[in-house]
Amino acid sequence: MSSIDSRPERDRPWMFRTYSGHSSAKASNALYRSNLAKGQTGLSVAFDLPTQTGYDSDHPLSRGEVGKVGVPICHIDDMQVLFDEIPLEKMNTSMTINATAAWLLSLYIATAERQGTDQGALRGTTQNDIIKEYLSRGTFVFPPEASMRLTSEIVSYTVDHVPNWNPMNVCSYHLQEAGATPVQEIAFSMANAISILDVVRAMPEVDDETLSRVFGRISFFLNAGIRFVEEMCKCRAMNLLWEEIGRERYGITNEKMLRLRYGVQVNSLGLTEAQPENNIIRIALEALGVTLSKKARTRSLQLPAWNEALGLPRPWDQQLSLRTQQILAYETDLLEYGDLFDGSHVVEAKTNALLDEARGELQTILDMGGAVTAVENAYMKQKLVESQTDRLRAIEAGELTVVGVNEYVEAVDSPLVEEGAGAILKVDESAEREQIQSLEAFRNRRNTADAEAALKNLEDVIKNGGNIMAPSIAAAKAGVTTGEWSQVLRDVFGEYRAPTGVVAAPVAEASEDVSQVRKRVDELSTTLGRRLKILVGKPGLDGHSNGAEQIAVKARDVGMEVVYDGIRLTPQEIVQSAQDEGVHVIGLSILSGSHGVLVTDVVEQLKNEGMGTIPVVVGGIIPDDDADKLVAAGVRRVYTPKDFDLTRIMDEIVDVVAESNAD
Amino acid sequence: MPTEPASTAALEAARKLAGRVCAGERSAISQALNAVDDNRASSREARLALLDAVSPQARGVRIGVTGAPGAGKSTLLDALVSGLRDRGRSVGVLAVDPSSQRTGGALLGDRMRLSASARDAGVFLRSLAARDQLGGLSEVTGPSLDIMAAALDYVFVETVGVGQSEAQVIDVVDTLVFVAQPAAGDLIQFMKAGILEWPDLFFVNKSDLGDVATRAAAELRAGLDLGHRRDPDRVPPVLSGSARDGLGIDELIEALDEHTGYLKTSGIGEARRRQGRIARIEHALEVRYGRFGLATLGSETEVRAAIAAEPGASVDRVVDVLSSRIEAALCEHDEEKGRRGA
Ligand code: B12
Ligand SMILES: Nc1nc2c(ncn2[C@@H]2O[C@H](COP(=O)(O)OP(=O)(O)OP(=O)(O)O)[C@@H](O)[C@H]2O)c(=O)[nH]1
Ligand SMILES: [Mg+2]
Repeated sequence: MSSIDSRPERDRPWMFRTYSGHSSAKASNALYRSNLAKGQTGLSVAFDLPTQTGYDSDHPLSRGEVGKVGVPICHIDDMQVLFDEIPLEKMNTSMTINATAAWLLSLYIATAERQGTDQGALRGTTQNDIIKEYLSRGTFVFPPEASMRLTSEIVSYTVDHVPNWNPMNVCSYHLQEAGATPVQEIAFSMANAISILDVVRAMPEVDDETLSRVFGRISFFLNAGIRFVEEMCKCRAMNLLWEEIGRERYGITNEKMLRLRYGVQVNSLGLTEAQPENNIIRIALEALGVTLSKKARTRSLQLPAWNEALGLPRPWDQQLSLRTQQILAYETDLLEYGDLFDGSHVVEAKTNALLDEARGELQTILDMGGAVTAVENAYMKQKLVESQTDRLRAIEAGELTVVGVNEYVEAVDSPLVEEGAGAILKVDESAEREQIQSLEAFRNRRNTADAEAALKNLEDVIKNGGNIMAPSIAAAKAGVTTGEWSQVLRDVFGEYRAPTGVVAAPVAEASEDVSQVRKRVDELSTTLGRRLKILVGKPGLDGHSNGAEQIAVKARDVGMEVVYDGIRLTPQEIVQSAQDEGVHVIGLSILSGSHGVLVTDVVEQLKNEGMGTIPVVVGGIIPDDDADKLVAAGVRRVYTPKDFDLTRIMDEIVDVVAESNAD
Repeated sequence: MPTEPASTAALEAARKLAGRVCAGERSAISQALNAVDDNRASSREARLALLDAVSPQARGVRIGVTGAPGAGKSTLLDALVSGLRDRGRSVGVLAVDPSSQRTGGALLGDRMRLSASARDAGVFLRSLAARDQLGGLSEVTGPSLDIMAAALDYVFVETVGVGQSEAQVIDVVDTLVFVAQPAAGDLIQFMKAGILEWPDLFFVNKSDLGDVATRAAAELRAGLDLGHRRDPDRVPPVLSGSARDGLGIDELIEALDEHTGYLKTSGIGEARRRQGRIARIEHALEVRYGRFGLATLGSETEVRAAIAAEPGASVDRVVDVLSSRIEAALCEHDEEKGRRGA
């Protein structure tokens, strides 16, 4: 046993981050500063959904979403407040921003300049990965071609002007959250990176030497699930494949540029609402998967909180996750050794197996024309939906054990959840109003002529094919707002709706229970005179589509006719669909926390349109108190993640429709 | 067919609903579409009353849009709808989902491919599962189009087609547009499948892909000169464009209008509607009673005469009347057999 003083040489630990931001720039700034004081070593900014989708806080679509799941940033003053007393010169900031990445980076650069820091000194990351937005995350705005152009322009700008910036973080993280298997995670994200590198390579200003630097600056953002041995092998496989692609496809020879650099957020999809304290252990084990092997060790790590499936984490919950990382890095002897698995036949065999399968899948995508084509023709999205369906079926059937959910469910009450609604962060309802007031004040004090001129210049530059960054930075300084910047791009590029991927989902072999519900659907359909028809709707800016997709597929499997139109619809659009389509029941899915406003809107509008008799059921992240309120407002049933048995949900929907149609 | 007497109140309500449909009331269109899909015996009389009242008023132009999976039909419809809205015309879209499942369930999910600009108050969308019909079209397609055409200027029906379904779509539409993909080899397949016989207009999509589209259009024109055509007097125009980028849409709308005018002045439109009516009636009867049942009505000309005897009635009404006759005949036939067997 060595004494403290004679401790062996240790590796430097990875960077500890916590993905956070809420309410307002001021509140988030306070949170960041206290996190840094606790030993967090980098920042990871969560923006609210309006900011991510390019709307100002006072836009009608922003209603109920401002400051909810992240910080609202409408203009340079917001950004300045967000980093008040945080010297950007020294900070490493990761921004989860995609469709509007060029804009938020511009605001960041302009803010740094106000602090007296040159852009050349900035360090950090813009996520800037649009393909996975279409596939999983849902904050896309523009069509694929325009999006690829924006991404590549940010890359080509930063590689020269902000050389330590990671302009694009290729995310396989979100693919796993949407259901991806390890092989899909590897293949889809590599196809994604290739699609952008091919565009960059074709740019006239990019020569071989630049391409090599670009390759070196592309970073990855991976997931790590509970099967942590396989996850470790997945990371090793990605290291190898990335290097192979660099050498073979792009002719990169510089060893340093060929190294795969990645950060990790561990899996959240598998974190449960039931017995939520179990998540503490899951999170720790998942962290192990991406730190254990030195060769496959992440460069930065974000851990979700134990109450992930309940709602937003409070500072204490995030602190526990940070402590988990600190214990792993500073108490254990993990960092004292070289790679523990070099020479392990087991690990090598598993890694090679993943690698082989992933190469095959990658080739399939490249053969069909690459990642963009595989987005547009829904190939990748369909595969993800299929994998997610398989996963949920296995849980429902008990083939995949989830402790506390489908096994070992007997338990004493958890003191952690006894607080009820107090166990999650509640965003102050006044945040939205205050943000709108401060936005109005900003508009009044800025020089309108300057802002307008900057917008005109922005439009001219993008129409003429110039790089987006310079006019965007100028616009940031001139007091342009997030909504204004985005509107110019919306007008020039148009908007896009990604395929839902559900239409072609294969019908599963019916279990006993499913057949039972099918029979009930058939009988009720006969009574109704036509087949039971359900609309699955996603109101608001929320992009969490897993639940809605799986409900849609299951409803089809039990014999219902299902209308599902994808994410980001207004309550009015949903009500109109329900009317046009003549549905018997409406199912709404909301996970972003804005159910209060949005569900009530749908229910009210149905009444106004004379469709008040159509029953509404709701599912998502709905705290108990809110569920009661929704029921009081007329909602017939409310479901949350603990209702994992989709067949039972369907059975109850049949009840609801039968009740509503009983004369 | 079991007949239940409908209350006069129900019939009155059906006629009222018809009035609201013809006035273009949105909620009425929806209710009426539900009603024609309602196959309870108790709803039958009301449904027929509704269709009888609506069918003669169904003046909207009906356009079928067909083509191979992924050819860009929905994207094209989006562009067409926007174009027609810009011209101030109201539009209905009936999307027939091909994936009929043994579960009876279906995932209908194409409507929101329509961009926001195409989703205003002058646009009505309904998706329909193909149900268990062979050939792709469900039996309610015709009546649904009747309802929509009574309320809207233009009604489109999208079906996935490679063979089979075209022959059925032409019974329910005035003009058939075929959306072609500029892919090598496709054309030969189309010709083999006899698809080129039916469409009144071809749109070679995805011209943004470059030369392949131009070549495909040329090949198509050459193929059309040679092959069979439904209308021997008219070589269908072959247009090309990009549904995605909105190219060639104005020209397509012009060509559609031109064809509508042609159908009117030549009298071909009227003749097609008559033929379509007969074909729909025969098809419905054949599905229910088979060739054998249909034959109990007599020769082909006799069937036509029977249909002609009910000139003002909706297709469904005639089907209903003839169904009773067939059932009576089949019943007699069975008794006959029974006697002989005894
Ligand atoms: C997976 C996931 C993601 C994926 C989503 C992938 C996708 N395409 O769906 C990714 C990684 C993209 C993602 C992103 C974000 N996420 Co997220 N995500 C989750 C997570 C971990 C699981 C959700 C899930 O898919 N579960 C599996 C499905 C099948 O379950 P479900 O949707 O709950 O559905 C079940 C029931 O609720 C019910 N149900 C649901 N809908 C319906 C509808 C009907 C009609 C019926 C009958 C039933 C029903 O039945 C289902 C069966 O059990 C949750 C936390 C958790 N563990 O629940 C956070 C969570 C929902 N995310 C959250 C946040 C904040 C975000 C972000 C907004 C972060 C940010 N600031 O950028 C982003 C942005 C997303 C966006 N565009 O809106 C928060 C929401 C906070 C809140 N409500 O207050 C959560 C709760 C995490 C947390 N604690 O902070 N996320
Ligand atoms: N390049 C290009 N792609 C197009 C064009 N029109 C449609 N697409 C793409 O082709 C794919 C299929 O388009 P859809 O409009 O869904 O085709 P569809 O014929 O309705 O398909 P199904 O209903 O599934 O049979 C999508 O990925 C579209 O983005 C076009 O003009 N150019
Ligand atoms: Mg389609």
